[in-house]
Amino acid sequence: MSTRQPYDGIVIAAPVTIPYRRYSTNTAHWWVGRAVREVVQRAGLRSADVDGLSLSSFTVGPDTAIGLTQHLGLSPRWLDHVPLGGASGVVALRRAARAVQCGDAEFVVCVAGDTNQVDSFRRMLSTFSRFAQDAVYPYGSGGPNASFALIARNYMKRYGATREDFGKICVAQRANALSFPHALMKKPLTIEEYMSARAISDPIHLFDCVMPCAGAEAFLVCREDVAKGQGLPAARLLATIERHNAFPDDPIQYRGGWAMDVPELYAMAGVTTDDVDFVQTYDDYPVICMMQMEDLGFCAKGEGPDFVRSHTLTADGSFPHNTSGGQLSVGQAGAAGGFLGMVEAVRQVTGTALGAAVPDAAIGLVSGFGMVTYDRGLASGAALLAGGRA
Amino acid sequence: MTKPLQRPKRKDPLKKTRVPLLPQGVRSRTALGLTSAAAEGRFQLQVCSDCGTVVYPPRAACPRCLSARLPFKDVANGGTLLAETTIRTSTDVYFRERMPWRIGTVALDAGPSIVAHLHGDLREGERARLQLKIDKSGQAIAMALPQSDTPNMADDPQWRELTCDPKFRRVLITDGRTAVGQALAEAVSEAGASVVLVGVADPWKPFPGEERLRKIERVEIVALDLTDTISVNECAGEFAARVDILINTAEYVRTGGIIDRKGLTVAREELEMRYFGLTRLAQAFGPVLRARGADGVNSAAAFVNLLSVYALVNWPAYGAFSATEAACLSAAQSLRAELRQGGVKVVNAFFGPLETEWYQAVPPPKVAPAALARAVVRALQQGLEDVFVGDIAEDIRARLAVDPKALERELGS
Amino acid sequence: MAAPDLLAFAGAVAAGDIEVVDLTHTLTPEFPTIVMPPELGQCAPFRMEEVSRYDERGSAWYWNNISMGEHTGTHFDAPVHWISGKDLANNSVDTIPAANFIAPAAVIDISTQSAANADYELTVADVTAWEAQHGRIPPRSWVLLRTDWSKKSGRDYVNMREDGQHTPGPCPEVVRFLVEERDLHGLGTETIGTDAGQAFHFNPPYPAHYYMHGKGRYGLQCLTNLDLLPPTGSVIVAAPLKIRRGSGSPLRVLALVPRGERRA
Repeated sequence: MSTRQPYDGIVIAAPVTIPYRRYSTNTAHWWVGRAVREVVQRAGLRSADVDGLSLSSFTVGPDTAIGLTQHLGLSPRWLDHVPLGGASGVVALRRAARAVQCGDAEFVVCVAGDTNQVDSFRRMLSTFSRFAQDAVYPYGSGGPNASFALIARNYMKRYGATREDFGKICVAQRANALSFPHALMKKPLTIEEYMSARAISDPIHLFDCVMPCAGAEAFLVCREDVAKGQGLPAARLLATIERHNAFPDDPIQYRGGWAMDVPELYAMAGVTTDDVDFVQTYDDYPVICMMQMEDLGFCAKGEGPDFVRSHTLTADGSFPHNTSGGQLSVGQAGAAGGFLGMVEAVRQVTGTALGAAVPDAAIGLVSGFGMVTYDRGLASGAALLAGGRA
Repeated sequence: MTKPLQRPKRKDPLKKTRVPLLPQGVRSRTALGLTSAAAEGRFQLQVCSDCGTVVYPPRAACPRCLSARLPFKDVANGGTLLAETTIRTSTDVYFRERMPWRIGTVALDAGPSIVAHLHGDLREGERARLQLKIDKSGQAIAMALPQSDTPNMADDPQWRELTCDPKFRRVLITDGRTAVGQALAEAVSEAGASVVLVGVADPWKPFPGEERLRKIERVEIVALDLTDTISVNECAGEFAARVDILINTAEYVRTGGIIDRKGLTVAREELEMRYFGLTRLAQAFGPVLRARGADGVNSAAAFVNLLSVYALVNWPAYGAFSATEAACLSAAQSLRAELRQGGVKVVNAFFGPLETEWYQAVPPPKVAPAALARAVVRALQQGLEDVFVGDIAEDIRARLAVDPKALERELGS
Repeated sequence: MAAPDLLAFAGAVAAGDIEVVDLTHTLTPEFPTIVMPPELGQCAPFRMEEVSRYDERGSAWYWNNISMGEHTGTHFDAPVHWISGKDLANNSVDTIPAANFIAPAAVIDISTQSAANADYELTVADVTAWEAQHGRIPPRSWVLLRTDWSKKSGRDYVNMREDGQHTPGPCPEVVRFLVEERDLHGLGTETIGTDAGQAFHFNPPYPAHYYMHGKGRYGLQCLTNLDLLPPTGSVIVAAPLKIRRGSGSPLRVLALVPRGERRA
């Protein structure tokens, strides 16, 4: 029986996306500022009302969240900087929710934004972490593509996943993205195009990789009655989990932290996998999407390939997955990639989807993952949200 | 199967020479423990003194018991290649021009998983041997080899990039008048060097072994007097662009300490031959070596110094000589840093007394010139930076690692 | 004697009526030096280190630092150089009277004999035979041994074999004869050393050095162009550097020869 406190009365509102651009001469500060302004306006607030701020960004350096308070003219009584990449959205939400629950803050703006300049990606790779500097970058400098190629290769050998299986995930996400206004990838993708695309780092090929870009995503965390008072559609937070550096003795990563805590996620929420209407996985690579499907309880470990083969993953399919297209089709705006699924989930359960809507979406699952400092993703988390229909 | 290396064609004189680039050479201080091990060809990882866990990547605290005592120790280098990938594109210019590049995850028997460069003959799922090697940036990387040697193994392109193999390279041996110089000419020729230039000074002065030296395959005698700036510059002016490996065999050994060796003429000659000779070679050949570090199969690869092990600690019986050797060692360290930007390795071979005339009164064990030559060739083939040749040199190294002051006293009594 | 007309002398040199023959090898790093056994101190070879050459080390000038031994290249030996002359007065290059740097020369040709025998020794008989033709050697004359050895180079010039150098020179008797019977000013040779290559084995060893310097006389070595000089009639100008307590020095050796007497 979980001893964790439930999230009664905590909601997520004002989902915001600042349209992505491939390259931007603006700074991360600019992108973050735009997202914060949009949340504040949409929520009918003034800057002075924002008493909580959570920031995730790779390119805001040398500043951290504190620098942004003066930069943006905010005077919060609760401040957090969440440098967890693809897990930032879930983790920022978890912290903000407890702050609001305890009355430490009333309106917490959670924002993730990054710029992308011509040499941003290369510079980030070489200084990403101490272990990357010492033990990864000198080995071919293939970036995350090479690191995840090793994980994918092992997973394929161990569980019989094929490139076609991964391709199905990518093709479905592209179909979802075609109606999403902010997606940078606008052309349909066929499985033939996926299979014949050039190799990046075997077995990773071109369409397995996200496109780094500039952009920002944000949302507001507050009490349910406050949101109602502002007239804001909101998603209720049912449950969350978080786990870092799980299974350190696995020689190669084939499972993530969720596998350690996922029963608690559903128990806290009082739902089962059958109740979940859509899943937003963190899609740095399709193999990780498949891993999340297993570790989040939708099938047993090793059954991911079969699961993908026997389901349709479009917004109107049997297993709606990454319904706005995910990073693979929308683009990865740095840390905003870790917020993309959360923002899309809030829109889906509140009936405010910008693109394809999941029919009767009531309960959604958002999963976060990331931070490969050496050879595996260290950070993971997940959250269950519910809308008005739940 | 590794494709055997083909002897390179003559360079197209109209083509721009590829500029040497380096992979990223930044490492945390703890990770430099790997570089120390790689320099001597050892395989070492951090081993927790409290719980025995073998740890990688290098770090400040044991991930099992949080102990801060994580010294580098010799570790068994066997493992299994779990997964491999062939990288085809990179944001890093060095690797970009060397694509495709294979890396893989090796599960070491000793515990950790290591992301390593892969030798072309090692396939996924097979047993592997790991080695620590020094890459062009001067830092250690892990390379996974097949468990047993395979044909033409040294010709693997990723391996050749990490070593200074004399095969198909042009070697300059700076002084062929000595037994060591002659033994090296022979050893390097046997190792497959395409040309062995041998420098000889004072052609009017005969020397033993001259006839045999001239008959060694692919040896060409060139005029080179290491004590004469003009001679070194002229030799470099003519030959520097055709020297891929420079082995400085200059020798000047005399007994005596600082007080006993009366006068300064012998010290001057000693410094002139050893220290200034090295400086002249560095100035005359260094810039061209540095520019040719990425110039194809026979790229400039190494500058080899033969140093008495007494460069590291003075032996008063040969006290003045030891001091000169120490000066040469320090200069070699500077040279190492200065040549690095060209991807050229400085190799220091340390040895105790040799089986040559100026060590006549020293009791064995002594190093035979042929043994020294073999050790130098092996160091080049393995891409090592620091080698200790012979029992005395290894003994000195071991004692220095434990207590340098005690060694100073042992040699001085 | 009437006061010599020095201006006429200078005019004669400028006009070529007096020819100046350079008996000096160019100082280069390649020129061989005397080689002592390895345990002993060695003569430094000639070396040049460029200081600047119209470059960042000195924009408008070119100059070198040079180093050498006192006995490198074409050089002068002072009496103090040998143990037998160590206690004589005015025995170093800085104290030798300057007038002694100008003296006539008798050139004795043993080139044919030397070509046949690298160890050829000049004998008293050779000298008396020469005197029969050219007259008695005047007192305080240089005796220059023409062997044509300067036409050889490198290995042939030094002619070093397993038992040492093999080059021609004087036998002990002829040195004693020249010093005691002819008041020799000094001996000049084309080889490295005023003594023969194998003179270590003579009695006394190195008799030219021993007897000459013992009598306060001088040596000139590594000369060249002796084949251009007449047997008599040349005047040698050989002034070493004024080194304090110096045992010798490289120098410019010039022979003044009346026109028409220089050999082609």
